[in-house]
Order: sequence, then C-alpha cells, then structure tokens
Amino acid sequence: MKKLSARRRHPLAALVVLLFALAVTGGLYAAFAPADKAQADDTAQSLAIKEGKKLFAVGCASCHGTGGQGTSDGPSLVGVGAAAVDFQVGTGRMPAQQPGAQVPRKKNIYNQAEIDQLAAYVASLGAGPSVPAKTDYSKDGADIGKGGELFRTNCAQCHNFTGKGGALTNGKFAPSLDGVDPKHIYEAMETGPQNMPSFGDGSLSKANKKDIVAYLGEVNGDKTASPGGMDLGGLGPVSEGLFGYIFGLGALVAVAIWVAARTAKAKKS
Amino acid sequence: MSNENGATNARRGQAPRGERIADWADGRLGIYSLAKSNMRKIFPDHWSFMLGEICLYSFIIIILTGVYLTLFFHPSMAEVVYHGSYVPMHGIRMTQAFESTLHISFDVRGGLLIRQIHHWAALVFVAGMMVHMMRVFFTGAFRKPREVNWLFGFLLLVLGMFTGFTGYSLPDDLLSGTGVRFIEGVILAMPLVGSYLQMFIFGGEFPGHDIIPRFFSVHVLLLPGIMLGLLVAHLILVFYHKHTQFPGAGKTEKNVVGMPLLPVYMAKAGGFFFLVFGVISVIAAIASINPVWAIGPYRPDQVSTGAQPDWYMGFAEGLVRVMPGWEWDIAGHYTVNFGVLIPIIIFPLVLAAIAVYPFIESWVTGDKREHHLLDRPRNAPTRTGFGVAWLIAYFVMLIGGGNDLWATHFHLSINSITWFVRIAFFVGPVLGFIVTKRICMGLQRRDRDKVLHGRESGIIKRLPHGEFIEVHEPLGQEQLHALTSHEQPKPLEIGPEVDENGVERKVSRSQKLRAKLSKGFYGEDNYIPKPTVEEYEEITSGHGHH
Amino acid sequence: MSETGRHADVPEENLPSERDGAHGDVATKANPFADPGLPPHEHRIQDIDERAAKRSERTVALLFVVSMLATIGFIASYVIFPIDKIVYVWPLGHISALNFALGLTLGVALFCIGAGAVHWARTLMSDVEVAQERHPIEAEPEVKAKVMADFREGAAESGMGRRKLIRNTMFGALALVPLSGVVLLRDLGPLPEKKLRTTGWKKGVRLVNQSTNLPLRPEDIAVGSLTFAKPEGLEEHDEEFNQKIAKDALMLVRIQPQNIKDKQELEWSHEGIVAYSKICTHVGCPISLYEQQTHHVLCPCHQSTFDLSDGGRVIFGPAGHALPQLHITVKDGYLEAVSDFAEPVGPSFWERG
Repeated sequence: MKKLSARRRHPLAALVVLLFALAVTGGLYAAFAPADKAQADDTAQSLAIKEGKKLFAVGCASCHGTGGQGTSDGPSLVGVGAAAVDFQVGTGRMPAQQPGAQVPRKKNIYNQAEIDQLAAYVASLGAGPSVPAKTDYSKDGADIGKGGELFRTNCAQCHNFTGKGGALTNGKFAPSLDGVDPKHIYEAMETGPQNMPSFGDGSLSKANKKDIVAYLGEVNGDKTASPGGMDLGGLGPVSEGLFGYIFGLGALVAVAIWVAARTAKAKKS
Repeated sequence: MSNENGATNARRGQAPRGERIADWADGRLGIYSLAKSNMRKIFPDHWSFMLGEICLYSFIIIILTGVYLTLFFHPSMAEVVYHGSYVPMHGIRMTQAFESTLHISFDVRGGLLIRQIHHWAALVFVAGMMVHMMRVFFTGAFRKPREVNWLFGFLLLVLGMFTGFTGYSLPDDLLSGTGVRFIEGVILAMPLVGSYLQMFIFGGEFPGHDIIPRFFSVHVLLLPGIMLGLLVAHLILVFYHKHTQFPGAGKTEKNVVGMPLLPVYMAKAGGFFFLVFGVISVIAAIASINPVWAIGPYRPDQVSTGAQPDWYMGFAEGLVRVMPGWEWDIAGHYTVNFGVLIPIIIFPLVLAAIAVYPFIESWVTGDKREHHLLDRPRNAPTRTGFGVAWLIAYFVMLIGGGNDLWATHFHLSINSITWFVRIAFFVGPVLGFIVTKRICMGLQRRDRDKVLHGRESGIIKRLPHGEFIEVHEPLGQEQLHALTSHEQPKPLEIGPEVDENGVERKVSRSQKLRAKLSKGFYGEDNYIPKPTVEEYEEITSGHGHH
Repeated sequence: MSETGRHADVPEENLPSERDGAHGDVATKANPFADPGLPPHEHRIQDIDERAAKRSERTVALLFVVSMLATIGFIASYVIFPIDKIVYVWPLGHISALNFALGLTLGVALFCIGAGAVHWARTLMSDVEVAQERHPIEAEPEVKAKVMADFREGAAESGMGRRKLIRNTMFGALALVPLSGVVLLRDLGPLPEKKLRTTGWKKGVRLVNQSTNLPLRPEDIAVGSLTFAKPEGLEEHDEEFNQKIAKDALMLVRIQPQNIKDKQELEWSHEGIVAYSKICTHVGCPISLYEQQTHHVLCPCHQSTFDLSDGGRVIFGPAGHALPQLHITVKDGYLEAVSDFAEPVGPSFWERG
C-alpha cells in the first residue's frame, strides 16, 4: 500500500490507470456482450472466431502477441489447438496473474461460450488438437482397471497414485487432480500444458485416455470411498507417520498421564 | 502371607481351591519364592515411565493381529489376474501377495480393521521406542547399572525398524516394491560382493519370485523371535534393577518409592494394555493406513511421486535423498557408488552414536557408581545438548526424506529444501548443542534463584514508602531438597605433566582426551554452582528478598 | 547427591526406608536442603467418604458394563453391516461402515476395560506410597571370591589350560562347523555373470508402445510428448516380465535436433527422437518425471535430475552417472534398436566399470 501511494504521483501513473480502465471496460463489455445465436454452421464458426479475436486482443494479446505469434512474455499459440485454450482458460490458468515457476490453477473468469470463441480463434491460427467430444471422456465403455494400469505407467510418477499431485524441480509441481473436470484432464493429456509432456494419440490412444479419465473418476472423485477411514490426504507414509505420532502416540501419552497422575486428595480440613 | 499359607497347609484339605492349585504349582515351579520378592514389588508412578509400556503393548498387539493376518495372507509372487471385490483393480495382473492383501481388505470381514490395527500399532511401536529412548537418555537413566538394558532397548529399536520394513514390503504394492528396489540398489552398491549378494538375496535378477516369501519368513519368524527374546531380557532387567525414580523428598539412591505391583500396578499396567489396544483400534477405525488398493500392484517400470518409506526409515531416506551424486570409477573396471554407499554408512553410524553414548559418558566422567535417581536434563547440560543435537540431525533428515511433500505443501523448491537439509545436517546439531546448553544453564540459574529467593508469587505489594515489590514465596523443604540434591562433580584431573622434580610424567593421549572431554562435561561452563547452605542462611536470615 | 555406598551390608529385610545417613536427619535445622523424607500420606475423598467410594465403584462397574455392551455391538456390527457398505461420516469421508463400526466397538470395549481397571486402581486401591530398599547389583567381595575360586577349580579340573591340543582342536572344530551353514546358502540364487550387463534390446528389436501395445512409428512421437516403450515380443503375461521390464523399460521423447547439446545423443537419435532407459542410475526407480520445456527428468524416489537434451547428464541429486541412451533408428517406418545399451542400465555395482 505504501508503495502504491508513493508511486501515485509518478509521471506514468495516469497512463497506467488509463490502460487499466480500458482493460476493465473491454473485459466487462466482453463479459456482458450477448452471444448471438448461431444461424448456420460456418457463419457461427466465423462469428466465433471474430468474437474470439476480440476477447484475445483484450485478455491474451499482451503476452501472446496480437496475432498469437508469441512474445518474450508468452509462447506462440499457433498450432496449439482449441483443446489447449479450453484447458488453459477453462481451468483459470490463463490469463496468468504473474510470472513464476509455474502458472497455477485458479478461478476461471470466462464463461464457456467465451472460451469456445477464444478456442475457435486460436484454432484458426494453426491446426492443433480440438476440444474432445463428450464421448471421448465419458465413463461409458471405459476399462477402469486398464485405466489404473495406464495411469500408474504414464501419470502417477508426477501426479501420485490417485492424482494428489507432486513436486518437480525448482519449485515446479504436478498439480493435484482433485475436482478437475474430466474434459480438462483429457485435454491436458492431449496438449501437455506447461511442463507436462503431451500424450498424443501416438503415445496414448484415444481409448487409453478414456480409460485413464474413467480411472481417475473412480479413485479421485467426490464420492470416492476410502474404506479404511480418513485418507490423510492420500499422500502415503509421511502423513501416516505424522498422524501416528501426533494422534496415536499423542493420545497414548495423554492416557498415560491420566493413568500415572495422582488422584485428587480430600481437602485438608 | 506365605507364613499363613504354611499354617493352613498343615490342616490338609482345608485349603481353598485356588490355594491348592498354587501349592501344586509351587511344588513344581517354586512360585512362592518368586512371588515373595516380586508380588509387592514397588514401581514408581510417572507418565514418562509408561512410554516403554506403550511399546510393550503395541508389540503384543502387533503379534496378535499379525498371527490373524497370516491366516489369510499368501506370501507368494505367483501372478494372478484380479477378479475380486475391488472394481478398479479388475483384470490387473498382480502377485498372490497383493491379491491376498486385497482379499483381506475387501472380502474378509474385519480383515481391513486388523490390517490397519497391525500397521498403526507398528508405527506407534517404533515411535514409542524412539520417545522412550529419549526419556531414558535425557534423564540419564542409562547409567550404571542399566547400560546393558540400554543396548537391549537400542537393538529392539533397530530390529523394530527392519521388522517394519520387511512387513510393509509384504503386500508387494507399488510403494513398498519401490522400497525393495531401493534395497536392491543398496545391495548392488556394496563394493566387491554387491552383485553376488543381490543375486543370492533376490534369488536371481530383481525382482524375481523369491523376495516376498523370504521377507515373510524374516518378518514373521526370524526378527520377531529375536525381538521377543530381547524384550523378555529387557523386562527381566527392569525388574531386577528396579525402576529409576525422579529425585524428591524421601527418594534416594537406595530406595524406590511407589506403589506395589499387586494390586495397584497390576491394575494400572494391565489396564493400560487395554487402553493402548483401545486407542489403536479407534485410530484404525477412523484413519486409513497403507491403502494398497489405491497404490496398485508392484511393477518395476511404474512408480508414483511421493515415494517414501514408513516414518522410521524416513531418516535413512533423507540421507539418501540429500547425498550428492558421487561415484568413483576405479581404473575403468570398478565402480563405487558413493551416492548410496555413504548414506547407508552414515545411517548406522548416527544410530550407533546414541547407542554407545552411555559408555562414552561413563568413561569420560569416570563415574563408576550406580545411579537410580534420575537427572533433571538441565543439570547435565552436555548430555542434554548432545541429545538435542542428535535429535536435530535426525529430524532434519526426516525433513529431507519428505522433501517432495514439503515442497508441494509449502510451495517451496525441492532443490532449495535439499540444500537446506544438506547444510542443516551439519550446522543444526552444533547450534542445537550450543543453544540447549545455554538454556540448561539458564534453567539452573533459575533454580538457584528460586532456592535463594523463593518463588515469584505474582503478587505485587506496595511498600509504605511507595516502592512496588513482587512478593517471593520461600520454597518448602521438599522443593528446596529437590532443587539442590543433584551432584555437581568436578572434572577429571590428570595432574601436572611435570612432577615436582621436573621429570615429565607419562600421560597417554587417551588420558589427555579424556580429561579434555571431562572438562567439557563437568567444566565451569556446565553448571551454575548450586546454592550452599551458608548462602541460603545468609539471605533468609538477613533481609529476606531484595 | 549422595555416594552410593557399594557393598553396603544392609540386611536383606523388607521395607521400610531409612534414607542413607549422609543427610537424613542430621537435621533439617542444620541443613535447610536436607531430605525431609516421604511426605505424610493424604487421604483421597474415596478413603474417607464411603459415598464417594461407592460412586467410584459404580463408575468402574459402569465402564465394565459399557465394555460388555460394546462387545455385543461388535458382534452385531459384524453380522449386520455388509462388507462393501460405504457410508459418509463427517469428517472422515466415505468410509466402510463395517470397518468403522468394528473398530469403534472394539476400541470402546477394550478402552473401557482399561479405564475401569485404572479408575479402580486410582480411586479404590490403596494409594499409600511405599519405599522399598534397593540392593547393589554387584556381588559382595566374598561372593565374588567364592565364584572365582569355583571357576578356577572347574577350569583346572577340565584341563583346558593344560591340554592345549584339546583346546585348540576344539576351537578349530567349532570355528569350522558353521561353514556348512554358509555353504548351504549357496543355492539362494545364481551367480551374477553377465546378467546385469545385458537387456532385452538388441539389433532390430522394434520399440513397442507400452500403453497401446503397438510398434512405434516416428510420427507417433511429437515434440514435447512422452512415451514409454518395451522391446517387441515382451508381453505382460510372460513369466519373467517383471525381471525383463526392470531393465528394458524405455522412455521416448522428441527434442528439436538443434536443442540437443550432446553429439552422441544426436547421433543415436532419430530426427530428435531420443530413447533413454527409464531406470534411474542411482538405485533403480523408474524415473520419468519429464518436464517437456526444460527436458529435465526427475526421479520421484531421491530427486536425481537428468538432462535429456544433454546426454542424460546428472544435474542434481544422488545419482552418480548419466542415464544410458539406446541407439535407435527407423526401418520400414518403425522405430527399432540398433544394439543393446552400450552400458549396464540401472544402479551401478562394483564390476560395472
């Protein structure tokens, strides 16, 4: 706050405020602008691209360049495909708040219609993976057991057995998959966001990916059972050890103190 | 009591049934003479004396539940395809060991509970031993005549760790299998014999089909057998030496103050077994442990992040994780993998440091007397400092062993944590030693003040001339005694190196070292001289507080 | 405190404690720090108030009754709850009803027995503190002398010291006989021979995708992707699958050729597709935490980090040497190995060289 008030009188302050105001009005306009009903397929498509371009100019172009060609602050988006946009914006990672080791998941500020428009625009820049169809990641017909095996071979090394996340080098991390939309999991595999490698159809077939998504739904869903009791974060022996020390040994020591304590004496008369 | 029995025995047939059974047993086992010295044996009461009991009882719980588990567990590495009750594992190939663990968890009613009690009790068992050992260490209870029992306890701790390791490896799940793979790497890293040992232990190349059955024999037979023997020996010695006690009114080196075995201690100790069992059962009811179904069966090409051993091996894990990657190539023919070798050499050395401490202390201090009154940790600053230093080294490495989880949960870089641990392992104990010693000195000073000036009562009084003072309550006789009864020995003197005739005396190097260490132990920066009677009299008879 | 007088000849009589003379009653007057002796026993409420004692008795009995009820509850839960019933219990989550019920009832049944016994001991049994004498552990000198004499007599009678031939041969026999036990251990496993040096890869073996079980083509491997491969012909249901995959597991990534720093790595790759052993050179964990932007791969076990764009060099952690790379090429449109790994995969061992 102090810093802010000190810089309020900076010569460039007015410019910053102006830019900020522009961005906000643009954003608000984008948020409230009614999305026209599609009339015909191709016109809807070109309209979406047009709308997407506008949204892109406001929310993305500052880092990725006005044509999505990339700048020193953000990579080129040519050829990343609609799936990448749907994932990055849908999980709130983009637009990024600040540079860091890794851009974290946060609350998504666009609605699905806007994301689709952005995706359509970025897809128009160059061919890339498209947003998967619902049948691609639905549970129906998936082999959960096989999905588990695939998950342990391809995913668990970074994301843990049941997708609780894990550490990578120098502050980067594989995020927890708790509460992530199946579609976004599918898209992440397809596109390989940030430091995650991609798993295109050559390395994991469509059926493989469907199995993996189904397995995750089974072991990392809201209703996933942990028959033995609290799952202690699903992190394995470290949290178990802590729990054993604090609650196990702690409770026993408390009991021991009671056992060894002196019984209340009668009041001295 | 036995006199009365003798009297009733004279009138044959009159004795009650229980007594007749006891007579029968006495004729064959001599139980009366055994009971004479033990039935009313005195045990002092203090919660910290029950830490060992926690271990004893969790050991019994582990044996009881372990026997139950062997009824259902198949220690076999033969492969099967799973078709049991747990759906997400359907169609997966796994060993029978893993399949039977799933069977115990999902198809045997109560099997999951017993599994969880077994595993939680194991964690509590080793944690209890650790804390029990710390209690014995910081109070100096390991001193003569209890050094041998200290070693027995230490061996129990080490064996407990390895029994735990072989135990959690048995289900052959992805997590424990990764641990077994680590052991393979450790064995391979042994110079000269590594690859031969690896082939013999695993019955061929890793993982082979033998390691689980072999671990099973070791886990259920070999190690628990040795531990049971040690445990009995440990308890016999506790009985034989009689328990130590904290200093206080009426407590001396020559007595033991407390309650008799029959009935009070019997009821308390017996009851405590049920309390321990009850608490662990409740924990097993509410908290999941080692959910192997979520982890999956072991395959050497699969792994999960957060691959850690159970906590008691976390210290070793930390050493391995923070070790820099050094490897020697000798003449292009032989390889020494220091990245593994050095940590697994340091691991037993750190443990041994605490194990041999009693012998080092008694050598340094030259103290050959029996000790049954415990030290207050503050009155032995060097020992306390060493203990704290050791604990810091231990817990720093425990952090190192979980560096990936610390990284994700505190948003830190795994590399920075590793570097922190590398440095803290060397710096932390030194700082801990110095700080602890200073704190001990401060507490000694406070004890001295309390003895001389009484306890700060917190009551502020205004004197007639307007000055405010805090009223100090003088201590009672019991407290005065408790705060002044400890010894403050002088360091060993080796005497002048040159005698009065100017002839050099031969003083061996070890004697010099000993004198030096002794000074470190008992030297002037180790104690605040405890108040003398004269000082006390002068102050109390004079103008009270000042 | 006081010196423990060794071999103090105290009569072997029971109780009561008289503290050692060093500072006992020499006078609390003369020495304000002297041991005042055991404090007088104070009565508990239960000792003087029979109603309080009755209350305690009822509490103990109640605890034992609760335990009985809990055991009945245990048996009832065993019968009532199906093993696969999952219930939501706040804050534990979706847990097995059976496990929860059995654990709680068992816990209560056991805990109440313990609590009852301890409450009984604490409130109703005598709480008079008693002092019992200790006796030095060391034997009296005469006992020691007797033992030493007996030993010498016995040793002399055995002739151990005199008949050295017997003694030495006996030691020899005892030293040798355990060898039979050691010899018996020989068949625990085979000799290492070349087992640790070879893998299932050799010239012409195709790379098969572990996930799809299809042979891999170069176009399957995109830049920034990660694929795991096994040698063609190795199937999951093979008897020796685990032993084989423990050495053969491979990870494939594609790096823009201009970003590959190591010359040999570039030569052994195919259009930027590089194949590295998945087995960490530290202790053999399957290392595969691949960061596609940095080309670093991290081991989840001990955090060894390797740079896949620079010959698999170690850049952090306890691993001692680079990850072995498999020389690959393309034939008939499919990726295949040119030869076995040039060095042993996995953790190093003495003869590795």
